Amino acid sequence: MVSYILRRVATGLVLAVLVTFITFWLLSFSFDGVVTNVLGPAASPDAVEAMREQLGLNRPLFAQYFEWLGGVLRGDFGVSLFTSEPVATAVSARLGVTLSIVLVALVLSVVVSVLLGVLAASRAGAVDRLAQGVSLTGLLLPNLLIAIVLVVVFAINARLLPATGYTPFGEDPVRWAASITIPVTVLVINGVANMAAQVRGTMIGELRKDYVRTLRTRGVPTWSIVYKHALRNAAAPALVVLSLEFLAMLGGALIIENVFALPGFGSFAFNSSIQGDIPVIMGITVFSVMLVVGVNLLIDLVNGWLNPKARIY
Amino acid sequence: MAEPLLQVEKLRVQFPGRGFRAKPHEVLHGVSLAIGQGEVLGLVGESGSGKTTIGRAVLGLVKPSGGAIRFDGEDITHAGARRRRELARHIQVVFQDPYSSLNPALTVGDILSEPLIVQGASPRDARARVRGLLEQVELPKDTADRLPREFSGGQRQRVAIARALAPRPKLIVCDEPVSALDLSTQALVLKLLIDIQQETGVAFLFISHDLAVVRHISHRVSVIYTGNIVETGPAAAVTSDPRHPYSKRLLVAAPLADPVEQRRRREERKRLAGQDLPETRGTQAPSR
Amino acid sequence: MSSEPALIGTEAAPAAPKRSALRRLIRDPQADITAGLLLVFVILGLLAPWVTGHGPNEAVLSAVNAPVGTPGYPLGGDQNGRDIWARLIYSINTSVLSALIGTGVAIAVGLSCGLIGGYFGGRVRGAIEWVFNLIMTFPGILLLIVLMPLTRGDFRVTMLIFGVLLAPGTYRLVRNVTVGVRNELYVDAARVAGLSTLRILGRHVMPVVRGPVIISTAFLMGSAISVQAGLAFLGVGSSDVPSFGAMISYGFLNLYVDPLQFVWPALLLGVSTASLVLLGNSLRDALEGARPKASKVGATARAKAVPRSGDDAGALLSIRDLRLSYPDPGGEPKPVLNGVSVTLNAGETLGLVGESGSGKTQTAFAVLGVLPAEATVTEGSIRLDGRELVGLPERGLRALRGREIAYVPQEPMSNLDPSFTIGAQVVEGIRATTAMSRSAARARALELLGHVGIADPRRTMGLYPHQISGGMAQRVLIASAVASRPRVLIADEPTTALDVTIQAEILDLLRELQREMGMAILLVTHNFGVVADICDRMAVMQDGRIVESGTVLDVFREPRHPYTKKLLASILDESVVREDPPVLIGDTTRGPGHG
Repeated sequence: MVSYILRRVATGLVLAVLVTFITFWLLSFSFDGVVTNVLGPAASPDAVEAMREQLGLNRPLFAQYFEWLGGVLRGDFGVSLFTSEPVATAVSARLGVTLSIVLVALVLSVVVSVLLGVLAASRAGAVDRLAQGVSLTGLLLPNLLIAIVLVVVFAINARLLPATGYTPFGEDPVRWAASITIPVTVLVINGVANMAAQVRGTMIGELRKDYVRTLRTRGVPTWSIVYKHALRNAAAPALVVLSLEFLAMLGGALIIENVFALPGFGSFAFNSSIQGDIPVIMGITVFSVMLVVGVNLLIDLVNGWLNPKARIY
Repeated sequence: MAEPLLQVEKLRVQFPGRGFRAKPHEVLHGVSLAIGQGEVLGLVGESGSGKTTIGRAVLGLVKPSGGAIRFDGEDITHAGARRRRELARHIQVVFQDPYSSLNPALTVGDILSEPLIVQGASPRDARARVRGLLEQVELPKDTADRLPREFSGGQRQRVAIARALAPRPKLIVCDEPVSALDLSTQALVLKLLIDIQQETGVAFLFISHDLAVVRHISHRVSVIYTGNIVETGPAAAVTSDPRHPYSKRLLVAAPLADPVEQRRRREERKRLAGQDLPETRGTQAPSR
Repeated sequence: MSSEPALIGTEAAPAAPKRSALRRLIRDPQADITAGLLLVFVILGLLAPWVTGHGPNEAVLSAVNAPVGTPGYPLGGDQNGRDIWARLIYSINTSVLSALIGTGVAIAVGLSCGLIGGYFGGRVRGAIEWVFNLIMTFPGILLLIVLMPLTRGDFRVTMLIFGVLLAPGTYRLVRNVTVGVRNELYVDAARVAGLSTLRILGRHVMPVVRGPVIISTAFLMGSAISVQAGLAFLGVGSSDVPSFGAMISYGFLNLYVDPLQFVWPALLLGVSTASLVLLGNSLRDALEGARPKASKVGATARAKAVPRSGDDAGALLSIRDLRLSYPDPGGEPKPVLNGVSVTLNAGETLGLVGESGSGKTQTAFAVLGVLPAEATVTEGSIRLDGRELVGLPERGLRALRGREIAYVPQEPMSNLDPSFTIGAQVVEGIRATTAMSRSAARARALELLGHVGIADPRRTMGLYPHQISGGMAQRVLIASAVASRPRVLIADEPTTALDVTIQAEILDLLRELQREMGMAILLVTHNFGVVADICDRMAVMQDGRIVESGTVLDVFREPRHPYTKKLLASILDESVVREDPPVLIGDTTRGPGHG
C-alpha cells in the first residue's frame, strides 16, 4: 500500500509539471502581446526590448519555464505584472472562495448521490422513480440558469439568503455558510444528477451478482449485503465519475461565482487573462492543477483502499 | 517419414505479469507435438495447463517467446500479419463458447461468407458455398437468413463448425468444441465432427479437458500438465492405460456414469492419491 | 457456463420481432418533440439573415430598451439599441457551431483513441491512457479562461480546446465497449478468418460502439452549449459575437429594468439544452432497449400458492407440485416449473439431474427462497420438516438460511465478494447465524477451513478471493455453508466449474461432511458421473417437470422414461476408442506416429 501511494503521488507530480509546462508553452505564443499590454501601444521599440529582456522573454522557452518552476519550488510564484502584488498572496486570497464552494458541493453531492442511488437500486418502487426524476431534471438546465433562478427566488425576492458577496469561514462561519448556500446548491443539483444515476446503475448490476445471492443464503442481513458488500464493489466506477464531476464542478463554480459576485477564481482568472498577467495566470494554473491532482490522488487512494485488486497496479 | 502437417517444437509462451513491474509468467515451458495430414491429435489437460494457449499460438493469436511452429514445412512462428491472413485459408478454429463466438448482429449467412469474401470469393460463389456448408453441418437451408440468437447452443456450434470449414482448411483447432453443450447435443456434435473429418480429411488439433470426448475422436492423444506435455501416444493406450502418473490420476478422477463401476474407480483413485506427482519439467513418460 | 438461464428460451428462442431502432425512436413522442424543437432552432439560425430585420450588432439609439412589439423590433431592443430578436436568432448559430466544434473534436479524439486503445491494449493503451490522464489533470474550464491571451476569446478556438477536454469521457466510453467486444470470441474468429484489423474494427467493433457514441453526442452537445454560454456570460469572447451567454449577462444586469431581456435568451438556452438531454434519453431507450430495472433486495418471489396438504410424512424436505413462472418480455407469465414434486429424506443425497433449461437450478433457488423478485410461485408447496416455506417473508427465511438450509454454488469465484478477505466472509456468515463473538467466530472459521482441507487456514483467512484457486474457493464456500451444521445442503452444480481432479476431491469432502454431520444433500447436476459417485437417489428433470425418480442403482440399471434413456445413451462410453486411421488425401503422405 505504501508503494502504491508513493507511485500515485509521483505520477501526480509528473502530471502537474507537464500540465504547467504545456500551459506555459501555449501562453508563450502571446508573450509579445503581454509586453504591449504592460507598456501600452505607443511604447518605443527600445522600451519593448528592455521589457522583454527584463522579463527574460528573449531566452529559450525551457530556460524560462525551469526558472519559473525553480521559483515555484522555492515558494516564489513571482509578482503580478500590473499590480506588483505577490502572486501567491493574490491567488490564495481567491482560492478560499472557490474551494469552499467546490469542496462542500463535492462532499454533499457524494453523500446525496450515494444515498439516493443505493436506495433507488435496493428499494426500487417510489424511491427509484424519485431518483430517476432527480437525475433527469438536474441535467436539463445549465448551471448558469439554475443559479440565476435561485438567486432571484431566494435571495432577491424572498430575501432568505444573501444574493451576493462572500464572508470567509474564519470571520463568521454562519454567514460563510449562508453566503455559499445557493452556489453550492446549484453545483449539487448537477452533481447529484450525474452521480446518483451512476451509483444506481452500478448498484443494480452489483445486486444481481452471484455473491449477493450466496450472502443471502448465509443468513446475512440485507443492510449488510447492500451497504457493506454491494456498495463497496460499486464504488470503483462511481469514483471515476467523481473525478470527472469534480472538474465539471470546478468549471461550473467559476461561472456561477459571477452570478453571486463572489471574489473567487473565476473573475480573477478572467481579469488576469484579459490583461495577460502571465505570472498570475501561471500561479492560478499551478494552484488549480495541484487541486485537481490532489483530489484525483484522494480518489485513487480511496479506490485502492476499497478495492484490493486496484492496489497492485 | 513425411513432413507432418503441423509441427510444434519446444514452444514457449510468456504472458506479461499483471501489476507494476511484475515478472512475465511462462505458461508453456517448451512443448512439442506433431499432427499429420488427416489426423486428429487430442490434447487433454486441466484449466491452466496451457492447452488453450498452444491452440492460440498455432492460430497466431498469441506470440510465442521461444520454439517453433511449422505448418506444411513452413516456419510460421513469427509470421507477419499479411502471411497470417493468407494462412487463414489453411488453419481454422472452432471455439468452446458458441454464444460468444458468433457475432449476434450478423446473420448466419454473413458470418459464414465473411472468411470466403476475405479470401476473394465473389458474393455469388460465397452464397453457393454457404448453402453447401449448411448442408454439410446438417442445418436447414433457411438458416442463412437468421440471427445466431434464434438457435440453440448445439445449432450455433454447427454454424461455428461450418465457418471453420468454409475455406476448406487443412487444419482446424477445436478448442473444447463440445464442452459447453448439453449431454445429448454433445454426442451429436461430436459425431458430426468425426464424420466431417473422415469426409474431408481435415486434421484436428482437438483440445479438451474431457478424456471421454478425446478418446472418441482422436487418433493420438497428448496429455499436458502445467505447461509441459507429459505423455503422447495412440488414443487407446493413453486414455485407457496411461503411463505417466498425472495421466493416470486424470483417468481415475473422471467419474463413471455407473454407480458400481464408479465405486471401484474411487478406490483406485484413493490409492493413487497417496502417491506424489513427480516434478513435471522434463519428465515425459517414455514414448510409445 | 454460468448458472442456468433464468428464463428458458435461450434455447431455440423464437425470433424477437425485429423493430429497427429508428422506428422506435420515431414512435417516441419525447424524441419527436425535442428533435423537432432543435430542428426549428437550427433552421431559424440558418435563415437568420432573412428572418431578421437588423444585423445582430446594429445599434440604433431610438431602439434602446424598446418594448416588445416596436415596429422592426418584435422582441424590443436592448440597452445598446440592438434588435433582441435578431441577436437571439444569430446566437443560435453561435450555439450550434459551439456544439458542433466541441462535440466533433471530443468524438473524433475520443473515438479514434478509444478504438485503438481498446483493441490493442498493452503499451499502446498504456500510452493513450497516460495522455488522457494528462488531459484530465488540466483544470477544465479554468484552462479556457487562462488561455484567453492565446485564443483571444474566440469561441471557436475555445470550443476546440473544450472538445479536447471532453474527449476523456468519450475515450473511456469507447474503450470500455471496445475492450468488451475485443474479448468476444467472434473477434478472434474474425482474425483467424483472415480479416484485417481495420476491417474487424469496421465490421465487428464499430456497430457496437456506434450506439453509445450517438447517445453521448446529444449530452456532449448540451454541455458544449452550456459551457459556451457560461463563458460568454463571464465575458470571455468578443462582444461582437451574439450569444445566449452574453445576452443573459446583459439581461441579468438589467433584470429590474426589463426582465424580458433576460427571459428570452434564458428560455432559448434552457429549451435547447433540455431538448438535447431529453433527446439523449430517448436515443438511449431506442438504441439500448430496456434499461436494467431496480428490484427490492430480499423481496421474496410473489407467491399465489395454495399450500397443499402433502402426505410425505417423514420427509425432511418435501416439494409438492411446485409451479413457477417468470414474466416474458411482453409481461405475460411464462412457466418455468410445471409441477415439480420431489422429497429429500434426512441424511440422504438426492441428485437432481437435467440439461440446461430444465429448471433444476430454479427448483434449488425456490427452496432457498432466493428467486429473483420477478419470479412468481404460482402453485405448490415446499415444506421443511412440515413447515411451509412458500410465502414465508424474508425475515422468516433468513432465520432458516444458514442454520437449517445452506447453499453451495456452482461458480466459486463469483460467489465470493471480491473486496473482502476470505476470513471476513466466513466470519460474517458464522456471526449471522450464531451469537458468537468476533473472536470465537474467528476461531471457528479457522477450524472450519482446516476441516475442509485448506492447508494453511491462518494465511488463507487473510487472502482475497482473487488470490486463491477455484478449488480452494469452493472449499471456502463449503466451509461457510456447513458452519452451522445445516440439516439440508443445497449444492447447485458444485463441481461443474472445477477440474476433474479437484471435482473428485470436492465430492470426497461433501461425502465426508455428510457422514459427519448427517445432513441431507440436494445435489443439482447435469453430470451422470457425479450422480453415480455420490447420490443415493436421483430425480431426472425435463422442461420443468420431474420425469423419473428412484434409487441411483435402479435408474441407471433400468431407466423407464424415454428421456432418461436418451440421456443415458448419450453418455460417451469409456470403451469406445476411435479406430479408423488418419484420413489420407490425394498423395500418399502418411500421418506420423500412428501404427
